[in-house]
Order: sequence, then C-alpha cells, then structure tokens
Amino acid sequence: MAYPYVSDKEARVVSQGFGDPKQRRIDTYVERGGYGALKKAFGLSPDAVVDVVKASGLRGRGGAGFPTGVKWSFMPKQPTKPHYLLCNADESEPGTFKDRELMRWNPHQLIEGCLIGAYAIRAKHVYIYCRGEFFETNQVLARALEDAYAKGYVGKNILGSGNDIDVTVHQGAGAYICGEETGLMSSLEGRRGLPRVKPPFPAAYGAFGMPTTINNVETLCAVPHIVANGGDWYRQWGSEKSPGTKLFCVSGHVNKPGNYELPLGFPLASLIEDVCGGMRDGNSLKAVIPGGSSVPILNAEEAMSCKLDYEGCVTAGSMLGCASVIVMDHTTDIVKAVRRMVDFYAHESCGQCTPCREGSSWTAQIMRRIEDGDGTEADLDTLMQITQQMVGTTICVLSDSVAPPVQSSIKKFRGEYLARMKAARSTEVPVAVPAGVA
Amino acid sequence: MSTTPPTSAPTAAPSAPAPATVTLTIDGQTVTVPKGTTILEAAKTIGTKVPHYCYHPGLSSPAMCRLCLVEVEGAPKPQPGCVTTVADNQVVRTVSDKALGNRQGVLEFYLVNHPLDCPICDMSGECDLQNYVHAEGREHGRGVEPKRVFGRDDFGGDVLFYGDRCVMCTRCVRFMSEVEKDERLTVVERGNRSVIDTFFDEGLDGTHWSGNIVDICPVGALVSKAFLHKARAWDLEHTPSVCASCSQGCNVELHTRDNVVQRVKPRENLDVNGWWMCDYGRADYEWMNEGDRIEAPLVRQADGSSKAVAWKEALGGLLARAKELQGRPVKAVVSARASNEDLGALAELVGALGGGEIVYRSPRSAEEIVLQGFPTLARRKDLAPNVKGAELLGMHRVGADDATGGLDKVRAHDGIVVVLGDALADQDERFGASAALYVYVGTQLPVAARAAHVVLPVTTHAEQEGTFTNHAGRVQRFWPALTAPGMARPAWLVLGALVGELSGEAVPRTAADAYAALAEAVPAFGGLAYPKLGARGALPMISGAAVSSGAKGA
Ligand SMILES: Cc1cc2nc3c(=O)[nH]c(=O)nc-3n(C[C@H](O)[C@H](O)[C@H](O)COP(=O)(O)O)c2cc1C
Ligand code: SF4
Ligand code: SF4
Ligand code: SF4
Repeated sequence: MAYPYVSDKEARVVSQGFGDPKQRRIDTYVERGGYGALKKAFGLSPDAVVDVVKASGLRGRGGAGFPTGVKWSFMPKQPTKPHYLLCNADESEPGTFKDRELMRWNPHQLIEGCLIGAYAIRAKHVYIYCRGEFFETNQVLARALEDAYAKGYVGKNILGSGNDIDVTVHQGAGAYICGEETGLMSSLEGRRGLPRVKPPFPAAYGAFGMPTTINNVETLCAVPHIVANGGDWYRQWGSEKSPGTKLFCVSGHVNKPGNYELPLGFPLASLIEDVCGGMRDGNSLKAVIPGGSSVPILNAEEAMSCKLDYEGCVTAGSMLGCASVIVMDHTTDIVKAVRRMVDFYAHESCGQCTPCREGSSWTAQIMRRIEDGDGTEADLDTLMQITQQMVGTTICVLSDSVAPPVQSSIKKFRGEYLARMKAARSTEVPVAVPAGVA
Repeated sequence: MSTTPPTSAPTAAPSAPAPATVTLTIDGQTVTVPKGTTILEAAKTIGTKVPHYCYHPGLSSPAMCRLCLVEVEGAPKPQPGCVTTVADNQVVRTVSDKALGNRQGVLEFYLVNHPLDCPICDMSGECDLQNYVHAEGREHGRGVEPKRVFGRDDFGGDVLFYGDRCVMCTRCVRFMSEVEKDERLTVVERGNRSVIDTFFDEGLDGTHWSGNIVDICPVGALVSKAFLHKARAWDLEHTPSVCASCSQGCNVELHTRDNVVQRVKPRENLDVNGWWMCDYGRADYEWMNEGDRIEAPLVRQADGSSKAVAWKEALGGLLARAKELQGRPVKAVVSARASNEDLGALAELVGALGGGEIVYRSPRSAEEIVLQGFPTLARRKDLAPNVKGAELLGMHRVGADDATGGLDKVRAHDGIVVVLGDALADQDERFGASAALYVYVGTQLPVAARAAHVVLPVTTHAEQEGTFTNHAGRVQRFWPALTAPGMARPAWLVLGALVGELSGEAVPRTAADAYAALAEAVPAFGGLAYPKLGARGALPMISGAAVSSGAKGA
C-alpha cells in the first residue's frame, strides 16, 4: 500500500511517483530518466514530434478528448508571430482532482511535457495557468521551475540545443470559467475571465492575439512518455479510438476513493468493485457520473455495463469527460445532488450569454423549490425545456453542462422527483393552523 | 469540462483574391452584399431586423446576448448573426421555427429577473425588450420564482441606473472603453449576479460623452436624470434638427411635447457624428423653451415708448425710412447661431441699402473635446453652429472669446445699424442711440435694443426651417419642431421682404427659395438645393466636385 490507495490493475505511466516525495526533486527526476524525452525531441524536427503524438492517438484529457497531435498540427508551420503554449491547470470540474496530484507529485514531468509541446508547436513561451486555490501545488511548481531554470532545462539555449523556451506559472483567482480555454486566455491577459467567440480559433488568434495551443496538464504529462517510447508503445493500452492510459478520479461512496491510472476501456464495474474496494458499508449502487459533473448520470444498470473509454461511455449513455467518476449509493438524494451541481454552474457562469446567465440560476431556483417540496410535475417539463434551450446556444459549453445532470436525472430518477412534489407531500404534511383561526 | 470537440479546424490562410461581393439567401430572398458583411447587416439590406441587444454598429461585437442567433444551413448550431460573416450560397433563416423558437427561449430568459415595471419606466414605448417580447415572446410567462433585486444607483453625469432592468448587453461599458475611451463602467461579479457599476465615487462625473449610453441602452436601465418621468415616449414628436451648440453640426432629433422641447437625441450620420453627440449639446435645449419672447414688431414712438404694431405697419415705416437713408453706410451685427438663409438675407439687405460692414461675435472654448474612438467628432472650439456660414458670406469675427466687446464702432455709428440675433448682453441702453436708423432683429428684448427704431421678432432655429454650415463646410438642414410665439417669423422671410421692396427682386416664399437665392448669389453655397441636401446634408459643389470632409464612420 502506498499513495492513499493503489491497485494492481493500474497501468501507471503519468502517475509514477505518486506518493513519493523524492520524485519532486529534479535530481531524482533526472536519475529516473527525466528530461530524456526532451533531449530526444530536440533531436527531431518539430513536425516529427507532432507525428509521434499523432501516432499515439493521445486525446486531450481536459474533457473534450480532441486528438492532441491533430490540435498541434493546426499551428502555423512558419511562425510570423510569437506562438504560445498554454497548460490548463485550472482543474475545477466537480469531482476532478488529477491535475493537482500530477503537479504536486511530479512537477518536472509536466515541465518536460510543456517544453516538448512548445518545441512541437514552435512556441518560445509556455504559461501554466494554475488554479489559485492550489496553494501547495503552486509552491511545488514554482520550486521545480526554479530548479529547472538553474539546471538549464528551461530558459535560453536549453541543454545547448539552441532552443529557447520560457515557462511561467500563472496563478488563477478562483473561477471555474477560467478553465475554459478562451476564458483562460482572457484571464491570462489580465481581463475578466470571459470566454470568447470562436472563430477565430486559438491556433489563429489565441492568447495575446497570437497563435496558441492549449492543453490539459494530464495531456502534457503523457507527452514525454510517448516521445520517449513511441506511439505504438502508448497504444498497448486502450482501444483504437481511445488509446493509452487515463487517470480516474474516483470519489463518492466507495471504500477506497482516489486517483487510479488505468488502461482506457477499463470496466466501470471492476473499477468500483476491484480497484476501489466496493461500495461503502456494503451499500447498493444507485448512480454513477463517469466524467465529472457535466456529463449525464448513469443508473446502476447502465453503470455496470459501462466501459470507461470515449466510445464506451457514449454507448452507456454518458461521456468520459475528464474521467471523474462520482459514485453514489442508495442513500444518495438525487434531487439534492443534482441541485447542488446546478448551483455550481449558476455560481460559475461568467454571465455573458443570456441562456447561461439566466437559465442556470433559474434552473437552480426551480431545483431548490422541488427539493424543498414545493414543486409540481409541470416544473419537470419546464426544467427539460429550459435546460435544452441552454444547449448549443452560447459562447462556451458551460451552459451546455447544465442539461446532462438535470435531464438525465429526470429521465432516470423521475420517481425521486415525483416523491418530493407538493401533491405527493400534501397528504403527509399537515397544515399548521394557528390557534384561534377558524 | 468541455464536452464537445471543436467543430472545425482554424480557417486556412486565404489563397486567391476572393470576389468583392457575396451572394446568399436570407429567408428565401437572394441578397448580394460586400464580402465580410455580417449576416445581421446583410439582413438589414432587405429590411429584416434580426433582434439583438449587445450588437451595435458603433461598438465591438461580443456576440453575448444570443438573441440574434439564426439558422444557417449546414451549421451544427445556430449562428450569431452579428459576427458570422456571409458566405457564397449560404442559406440563412431568421424566421424559421428554429430561429423563432430560440428567440422565444432567450426572451423568456430575459424576463426571469426583469421587473417589468413598464408603467413607470422611461423606456416604455421605445424599449427593445417590450418590443421583442410583444412581437415574439411567449404568450404566458412561466416564472414563479422570486426575482433578483439590484435597485438603483446614481452613476454621475446625467445618468441613473436601474439595475433590475439591465439586460447585461455591456453596450454602456463598451461605449465608455471603446468610444469615449475613458473606462468608467465595468461589470462586477459574474453569472446572474453580474451588475454594471462605476469604479469610484466620481462615477461618470467629468466625462463628456456619457449621455450616449442612455441612448444605446436597449432598455430602461440607463435613464437620463434631466428627462426622468418628464414625458412618455409615445407622446413625443421627433423632428430632425442640427445641434446648435458648436460648429460640429451633430445631427439630432428634437423631441417635443406640448410645444416644448423635452430632450435632444443624436441622429445617425456617419459623416458627421456617427450615432453620438456630446453632453453639452444634449443638455443645451432649455433656451428653446424660454417664454420671454418678443411676440410682435415694436416701433419706437416720438415719446420714446415702443408700440406693438402689425407686420405691415412695421415694415412699411421701416422701408420709408430706409429709402430716405439709402446710401448711408450700414453697420450690422449678426449671430453665428442664425441660419445660412437668415444671414444671406441680411447680407442682401445690407447690399440693397448701399453696402456696409457685417460682423459677428461668437463664443469660443479654449479646447476641443475629441471623441477618442470616433475622432472626426469633437465638440469644436466654436460654440455656435454657423460660424463657417457667416465666414463664407464675408462676415468677420469681432470681440473676445466670450462673445463680448468689439462693437465700439457700431455702438457709436451714425448711419444705419442692424442687429440680427446678437443679444448684446454686454451693451447698455445707449447702444445705437446715435444711429440714424437702428433695427433690432431678435427673439428676446435686451436693454441694448431700447434705442432701436424698429424691433422685429424672429424665430429660433427650432421654430423654422433652414440650414447651418458646419466646421467642415457641410450644409445641413433642420426642420421646425416648435410653433413660433405670437407674430415671430423667420428672419429670412422678414429681411427678404425688405430686400424685395428695396431691390424689386422676387421675395422668397419658402426656406428652399431662400437657400436657392443664396446658392445663386454666393458660389460657396453653390451646387446644392434642399432636395439634394436631404436629412443628412452635403458639401457644396465647388468647380463640379464635392469637397470631401474626410469624415468617415467607424
Ligand atoms: C466551463 C469549462 C471549464 C473547463 N475547465 C477546464 C479545466 O479546469 N482544465 C482543463 O484542462 N480543461 C478545462 N476545460 C476544457 C478546456 O476548454 C480545453 O478543452 C482543454 O483545456 C483542452 O486541453 P486538452 O485538449 O488537452 O484536453 C473546460 C471547459 C469548459 C467549457
Ligand atoms: S456559456 Fe456561460 S460561461 Fe460560457 S461564455 Fe456564455 S455565459 Fe459565460
Ligand atoms: S426596460 Fe422595457 S420592458 Fe423593462 S420595464 Fe422598462 S419598458 Fe418595460
Ligand atoms: S445598463 Fe443598459 S447598456 Fe448597460 S449593460 Fe445594462 S442594458 Fe446594456
């Protein structure tokens, strides 16, 4: 046993060194082969590095699952302006806690991934936009960066290769929306963290108006391993469309919640039973959210047959998202849980788009009223309609994220909603008549 | 985290030079517009207004209100018309079930927290929320939740903020940062706690253009203190006019009710003022409503008193005296607030009497106040609308920058003295006392007109038709918004009648006639006539080509 919990089912690539404080130190990292991939990358052309990543089939771990090599290939091949690589370390999706662990246990792995990514897209500056609340993580990163600069892994003429790449850690100030790629750019530029309309896409007009690529922490952490070992090596795990390993952040009513790195395609049932030691107190499973709060809820039956990769989650009726698995047992109050998620989106909406600004808080108000026992069945139709009205109608997809939990829970747990309605309650709850009133 | 992958790769670099126009279909109609036009602007060309709040042609387009989403065939999601540019063979639907359904949904969202206090809202009747909801909103609301309350705030300047009515379009914030370029407003907080606010206690105090945010606010969230609860929008008559507060010549509308100007609003003219006007011009209208007007011609009697007489009698006596004195040098003082037609008639009169000197006095400010984001617009140093017109007619400036002094020679003149419009505020009752004939033509009666033999009541520009020539030489028309008091008549009509009698020329019957006469007599006004000037004015034709003012809309 080590790092809170580990499992022999894991295939640890990016999570090597979790729980080992020595791994943070640059000397240990280098001893264990660290920065070797960087040297190897510098020996290749930038386009060849892109090709290796393309061949690996690595998909973005920030939630959207867009193929990383393809994204990199959108960047201009002949830079006429400065290029930027942004590392999205704002990790704020409810249920997600993998990037924090990657940074605090193995900061150099991320720095190396950033350097290789920057080299591949011909950027000379990388910004790691780190969630402000990650106080310790920020300190670890800052320390690691200092060491990397001192040892010549970052900065001017890295390792005598003639390549100059700077890395800056930028601390966010606590807003989920600053994790959305263009919101992050606005925030990084010193503006309000407001997402921007696309097009223009970041590869043409991103941070500071320059060609920009943005990647999640976990995505960039996988890059040194892929460059060191090759695309085929990475494909030994997972499927054709979902190759490689993935960190699963398991939270909720299991005996051993935590981060587990598993091959993509791992069965959700086995994740709960074998990896996480089963449900707490032997309780029965009610629902699972496989990919963070923005994806549809699976009921127990759907969850049991779900394969945890991009295609498998869709087949089961949900999405892999960022693989934040929230497990709920039979004691869970679904209405309250969903209301809590909607409150989060209402609180975090940046407020630009009308459907999101007004729709999220309206949804939250209705959910609260239902939770409090003052709802009617008609409210469920209203919820279905207004959340649908928030899908595909806004600048970013935060708005779209309200529909999955609300709609899936109404469809799959309608009975729980109905049980709370005024009509269902009125027979049980006596109306208090003050004394003296007829 | 993101749940949908990007729908397309970044647009490839343009290769061959593309054609300059694009042809597409909007609601079944074929439209051809210049390349780069947005769908929203393209729709305007066929008379289709796609509802919107955040978009304004004079500001950047954040595409955030989501009201202008239209259906574009082949696009996976509805597209914002304000930023989506047209493409060849594009098929756009602005009134399909999808587009309408979307708008109905967005409008419903706007009403979730909107107070709907239309009965006491100054915007009521010209409100884009009212209009859109009436046209396309749901028949019945579904909202039963308590509404969010922000309350009111004094933003400084002439601006009051009714937070609950705000639709968060950020036009006001963008105007201050992009057009006035003085960032005084911002959005505070996020989500539906977002609210517009000022940074410090000073708010908008000390800004020069912030009145414009009241105009561009699509709802009653920003209202004018000066206009607060003064009139209902549907009771106001709108008359196109030109601001008389400086020589820029901003195109404006005078909004009147019961023969009183209630407020002044800018009128779009990309060549002059865009959509904007300054706060001084906007506030400078009370003088048009003043009641202490001369209502009848006054003739001085032998005992020194004045008698109100009919026009015929006043002009008859005046002509007889003028004929006796014809040939005696004339000294005239005019105001640069008089129209081209009025000044032209006065110049003709001086000529018919045998010639003389015409001077004008006009206030000047030390500095120009440029609208930084639309720099062809400035509050000019000359604080009168027709200084250029007077100059083109050969009149020259006397006196100090506060429009005082410079009249010593006129004051002591023993020939004919004519004053048009100058209130002579710095002069006493001895002004013109030694003149053989002193005619005062004006709107109000100052002490310095006491020695006048004849006083002729005329109209202000708000009560007559006419033109001003702005600082760049652009001739612009204005229309009567108020009924003139008593027997006051336009100066061009009064003076024109005298000229006719003295010279035997035809008397102008309309302002258009008066301008035509001026255009014929003075080359600097040539090549133009009223129909050609239209509502937005034009530059005179000098040797066949219009002089370019260089002004261009943003
Ligand atoms: C509201 C919202 C919040 C997001 N937050 C994060 C985040 O905290 N971290 C992250 O990596 N991606 C986040 N994303 C996804 C990013 O927009 C982007 O897709 C991702 O950083 C791309 O990196 P990848 O291709 O490596 O996955 C968020 C997206 C949305 C719409
Ligand atoms: S969808 Fe919501 S969070 Fe995204 S830009 Fe619009 S208002 Fe902001
Ligand atoms: S802003 Fe418009 S809809 Fe709102 S109260 Fe005023 S008039 Fe009514
Ligand atoms: S106050 Fe008016 S202009 Fe400003 S954001 Fe609100 S609705 Fe728009």
